[in-house]
Amino acid sequence: MRSPPIPEMATQEVQLSETLAHLKTESDTLKGKLEEERAKLHDVELHQVAEKVEGLGQFVMKTRRTLKGHGNKVLCMDWCKDKRRIVSSSQDGKVIVWDAFTTNKEHAVTMPCTWVMACAYAPSGCAVACGGLDNKCSVYPLSLDKNENLAAKKKSVAMHTNYLSACSFTNSDMQILTSSGDGTCALWDVESGQLLQSFHGHAADVLCLDLAPSETGNTFVSGGCDKKANVWDMRSGQCIQSFETHESDINSVRYYPSGDAFASGSDDATCRLYDLRADREVAIYSKESIIFGVSSVDFSLSGRLLFGGYNDYTINVWDVLKGTRVSILFGHENRVSTLRVSPDGTAFCTGSWDHTLRTWA
Amino acid sequence: MTINTLAKGGWHRDQMACFRKMEKVIVAMQDPDMGMKMRNQRLLITVIPHAMTGRDVINWLMQKYNMCEEEALHLGGMLVRYGYIYPLKEPRSLVLRADESPYRFQTPYFWTSTRWPATELDYAIYLAKKNIRKQGELMEYEKERYSVLHKRINHTWDFVVMQAREQLRASKQRRKADRIVLECQEQAYWLINRPPVSLTLSTFRIYFIAHFVCVCVCVCTFCLCLQIEFCRRALGRNRVKSSICLEGFVKYSEQYLSHDPIMQGCLPSNPWISDDTAHWTMNTEVVPIPSRLRVERWSFSFMELLNDAMGRREFMTYLEKEFSAENLCFWQACEDIRHGENSRIVEKVEEVYKNFLAPGAARWVNIDSKTMDKTLKGIQHPHRFVMDDAQMHIYFLMKKDSFPRYLKSDLYKNMLAKAIVPQEVKKSVFPFMRRQRHSSPSPAQAVAQASEEEGRA
Repeated sequence: MRSPPIPEMATQEVQLSETLAHLKTESDTLKGKLEEERAKLHDVELHQVAEKVEGLGQFVMKTRRTLKGHGNKVLCMDWCKDKRRIVSSSQDGKVIVWDAFTTNKEHAVTMPCTWVMACAYAPSGCAVACGGLDNKCSVYPLSLDKNENLAAKKKSVAMHTNYLSACSFTNSDMQILTSSGDGTCALWDVESGQLLQSFHGHAADVLCLDLAPSETGNTFVSGGCDKKANVWDMRSGQCIQSFETHESDINSVRYYPSGDAFASGSDDATCRLYDLRADREVAIYSKESIIFGVSSVDFSLSGRLLFGGYNDYTINVWDVLKGTRVSILFGHENRVSTLRVSPDGTAFCTGSWDHTLRTWA
Repeated sequence: MTINTLAKGGWHRDQMACFRKMEKVIVAMQDPDMGMKMRNQRLLITVIPHAMTGRDVINWLMQKYNMCEEEALHLGGMLVRYGYIYPLKEPRSLVLRADESPYRFQTPYFWTSTRWPATELDYAIYLAKKNIRKQGELMEYEKERYSVLHKRINHTWDFVVMQAREQLRASKQRRKADRIVLECQEQAYWLINRPPVSLTLSTFRIYFIAHFVCVCVCVCTFCLCLQIEFCRRALGRNRVKSSICLEGFVKYSEQYLSHDPIMQGCLPSNPWISDDTAHWTMNTEVVPIPSRLRVERWSFSFMELLNDAMGRREFMTYLEKEFSAENLCFWQACEDIRHGENSRIVEKVEEVYKNFLAPGAARWVNIDSKTMDKTLKGIQHPHRFVMDDAQMHIYFLMKKDSFPRYLKSDLYKNMLAKAIVPQEVKKSVFPFMRRQRHSSPSPAQAVAQASEEEGRA
């Protein structure tokens, strides 16, 4: 039998690409209208409102602890609620729990995969979650028996179809939120490994997420390679707000302490602040001389300062209200890959491709 | 940047943005009016035209971008590391020195971004040229790579040698000075851009080819439909004026300023700086007398009060006096359902119904009839969020009514008056006397002990 006549296939293809073009036009028109609506209520800039605020003086922060022990690039870290312990993960598959204050290592696990890009400390302090190229998120209860092999008690919770880029426990040890290179985020029940909710809407890898500190505690924000930052409702799985002003991948998102805004850091070398009630970007933190991308951002306790870890090995400290750069910190000898402020705001910790972690205060 | 962009091709897209920005800086540096003053530099007995010293570079960056010397050294160092400026004195040391060491701008022909990708073939030709010129006197690593390449692309080796000979012949016809400059530039380029050469295809690449995901914006119909639906919903959204929102940030920062240890320090001292953990000891979850800052913070918002275990306990005591403690108990039970294990949802919902919602329940909570009806109906098919509406109703009831009254109560005022303000402890006068850093019990240990005790009891 001969193959079907070419003209028929061609018509189908033409129809499909016409539909695609039609949808694209409609999407672009609506986006334009949305931008117009957002602009209508924008009556003042943040730095103008901040003119009356006192400027920040000389800023001195130093490395107070250096944690050595990883054999390869440190990719992620998280603080324990006790304000001094941390968990960190690296490219060589090792996940280490440290008492950052004494610099002692307390636990170590070797994952069966390399590039452990995500790790998180459970709110109770009794377990850690981690994952990466294995496409999974696993939970390890922290045993105090030195002889016990932590890997034996490992529990596989999340399963994605591509690498795990970030994970976070919600308010308890029982649920984990994950983001993945497969373009989705997902909420899981730790005990059963059941998928509770999945979140679709990113058009490319999702690289980061952060839970909202709001009263009703039902939303989170994610950032991805599609340059979008999306805010999601955890109950319904719907995307309730979306922001697309970055010019490149968004590597990190973090809520402002009040929960009314969030900051993002991107490969386009800028950090940006998005207000959720005004539904728009309200500040850009950038300088002509800052050339390399931001890998990680976090706020100080009062939200006045924004710390950014950059790919050029530095940390830039920004005045959130005035939009100016307050300080630049040197010390790491390779890319800063992760940065988190401690739960009580007394210090922040950075992890780097130079195999070390540093605590700054 | 994702793990996928580290694979062939994606890295390029990501790095190009950085290259463009560095090139902007370089172009500004060479601007005839505002750029750097070039002069002849002496290298031993030779005079090199169009060169600058490391010190010149740093001074220019400091002036142009209004930055300190450390930052200028860092930025200048990046320009050297990525090959936009190369050192003349020690070509293999890709570092910017803040002294009289001579440097030169790399010609745009040899910019990484212009010539990307640096192919193995080009590198082979370069090594072959060098081999011929220096009559076999290559550096160790160059010799290794030369032999590896010879094996790898053996089939085109005649072409490589022929090209090398041609290029050498052409360069002999140049003036000596130009030839030397070109050799410097080429050497600088390959120092930075030489491709990693190994006999086996690196496992790194194989892995990522298997996981390769298209990173460009997906234009499939599914994504577009979602986008359109989202835009339609968003258009109907209520927004708040910027002036109101932004004022909120100023107020928040002001209110929390004294609570921010990085901004204003903490009492008695920051443990990370002084090695003294007193600050943490004074602020553990349960202390006999809390600090003043902590008690003040409870008044900032209802959420702050509830988030602090001690604050919540105090509030419970107050509600008991007011005979409305069941509200907080109900709220806590609902939180437990929302954040607890899937397997226990049904049993927990039952408990909550029995204790708080059933007619004649021991701790009956006062919810409006509409919410109560909705909740009771939902309980027949219990799920994680079945209590949400009722929980929110009670939460706002406490927030609007009990919370403000608590703040005015004697219970709170006494707590505030009793609260301690620790003395500031300055850092030790003798910087060499470092305090002993004591370890603390792991949270995992506390839980293990508790369950041990439970087991024994």
